[in-house]
Amino acid sequence: MRVVIAEDSALLREGLVRMLELAGIQVVSTATDAEGLLAAVELHQPDLALVDVRMPPTQTDEGMRAALVVRERWPQVAVLVLSQYVEEEYATELLAGESSGLGYLLKDRVANFREFLDAVRRVASGGTALDPEVVSQLLVRRRPDSLARLSLREREVLTLMAEGRSNAGIAMGLAISESAVAKHINGIFTKLDLQTTDTDHRRVLAVLKYLKA
Amino acid sequence: MTVGGRVLRAPWQAGTWLATFQIAAGSVVGMLAFTVLSVAGTVVLMLALVGVRRLPLSGLLWLGRMCTRMHRSRFAALRGEPIPAVVPRPPGGRGLRARVRAEAQQPVVRSRLAYSLLSGLGLTLGAAVSMTLWTVGLLGTPIAAYAWALPAGNGFGWRLHEPATLAALTSAGLLCLHATPWVVRAMAAWDAAIAKRLLASSHVDHLVQRVEVLSENQIRLLDAADAERRRIERDLHDGTQQRLTSLAMNLGIARELLSHLPPDAHKLIADAHEEAKQALTELRGFVRGLHPAVLDDRGLDAALSGIAARLPLPVHLTVDVAPRPSRTIEAAAYFVVSEALTNVAKHTEADNVHIEVNRQDDRLRIHIADDGGGGATLEKGTGLRGLRERVTSVGGELHIDSPVGGPTVISVELPCAS
Repeated sequence: MRVVIAEDSALLREGLVRMLELAGIQVVSTATDAEGLLAAVELHQPDLALVDVRMPPTQTDEGMRAALVVRERWPQVAVLVLSQYVEEEYATELLAGESSGLGYLLKDRVANFREFLDAVRRVASGGTALDPEVVSQLLVRRRPDSLARLSLREREVLTLMAEGRSNAGIAMGLAISESAVAKHINGIFTKLDLQTTDTDHRRVLAVLKYLKA
Repeated sequence: MTVGGRVLRAPWQAGTWLATFQIAAGSVVGMLAFTVLSVAGTVVLMLALVGVRRLPLSGLLWLGRMCTRMHRSRFAALRGEPIPAVVPRPPGGRGLRARVRAEAQQPVVRSRLAYSLLSGLGLTLGAAVSMTLWTVGLLGTPIAAYAWALPAGNGFGWRLHEPATLAALTSAGLLCLHATPWVVRAMAAWDAAIAKRLLASSHVDHLVQRVEVLSENQIRLLDAADAERRRIERDLHDGTQQRLTSLAMNLGIARELLSHLPPDAHKLIADAHEEAKQALTELRGFVRGLHPAVLDDRGLDAALSGIAARLPLPVHLTVDVAPRPSRTIEAAAYFVVSEALTNVAKHTEADNVHIEVNRQDDRLRIHIADDGGGGATLEKGTGLRGLRERVTSVGGELHIDSPVGGPTVISVELPCAS
């Protein structure tokens, strides 16, 4: 797998490179700003671009805008955005088109070696990785009515599901059995009037479609 | 001192003569001011007719200030009681036009102009009266002593050398000599009283001005505090947060790679990793409470959705605040909602929270309702009191309606001038 990293903090950039290379992922180029990122993506056509939202010169959302450009110009390049905070509007913009090969995680998640690498691999292979906070925010902003319908446990399951996790992953995250997870998922799909689907990824798409509506 | 003694001594007391000079000097200053100001006023009016307003008016105001200053020094020198001088605050507006308009609209500036313009007439009358009285008193009393030097008759047919005439003139002189001090002093006191009312700012003016200055200072302080919070947030983000993220990431890598270590050693690394992550979470929470970057970047709606989403119970949030309020008000509104929600999560057993934030012209209204057990008061717990302090510090109001048994409704209104 070939990855381009855009991160202005040298400390984190080096850390990310180290982590990815230890996992056998090739970092073909690093950039410190949005322009550098676009140039590197154009030149290397990587499998995945790992992008920090806050970058120079304004230190606001340069990275996010660059990520949107990457998705538009090079749809085959998966994008994983790292952010200091999650923002529903960013998520909506990112999710506006095709939801495959897309990730949006809080920066803190890089501290969990295995989970983070899972997310990187999942996104690079066309899956999704949405931070649990993104899903909670989408629920609050887009579908406040559904909040009342779902139980607390169902909300938790929904959140992990939208993250892109498998049933086993959800069960591990909540320390419950896989059959309990399956039961909750059925409950969610019934309450939200969604068609149940077979694969994890299509399930995520159904949820996202629901949240975006 | 007996009444007689006071009457006898009055003409020779310093106060009497200072009062006389006060009136005399007042008539000179007053007539000068009257002349200057009426000419200047006429010019201002004539120029206003052809459309030139600002410069002449500011000139007139300057002349007015000069006249006030002359009168002020007259009172300071001759009465020894300086008029409390509250110098009108330089109006805050930008540009000559705004400054001139603001100055001309201040009541104290207008009453000072009125005093300078009109006191001349009264003081001149007063000076004429006191000069006449002094003349009669000083020349009439000793008339017998020098009557021989004067011609015996004059055009009015008086016979000056006759004892009856001399007696009459002497008594008139004595009467004036001893009455004048009281008249002069009364006039001087009256003059001073009027001047004090018109030249000095009234107590209310003074207080109004103080309040204005203080509230401006307060707003400046709050803005400065907010700017400081933002700076700290940025510094933490650029420094500590990155370093801590990197530390947690490296410990995560180490924990994964060094799985072959003895269990004790591996546990040490795992604990360090967990602690680093915990520190990172705590730092994020701290920064969020301080001044979240999302508030500046994306506004209240986004920042509030962030806190709403993290609450362990359903939050129904409606935010409609366009156009964006000032940063200080945004920060206060964010703080209010964030504190109120923390309170709800901590102290009530609510199942639902409804939050509405909307802007109506220059008011930002925040409405937070939960269906918990109620009974929240400002006295109980410091959370709500801190809320009210933050709200009142930006000139807002906070009401809590929380009967025992619920529901609890917190309404807040914040001023937000566009």
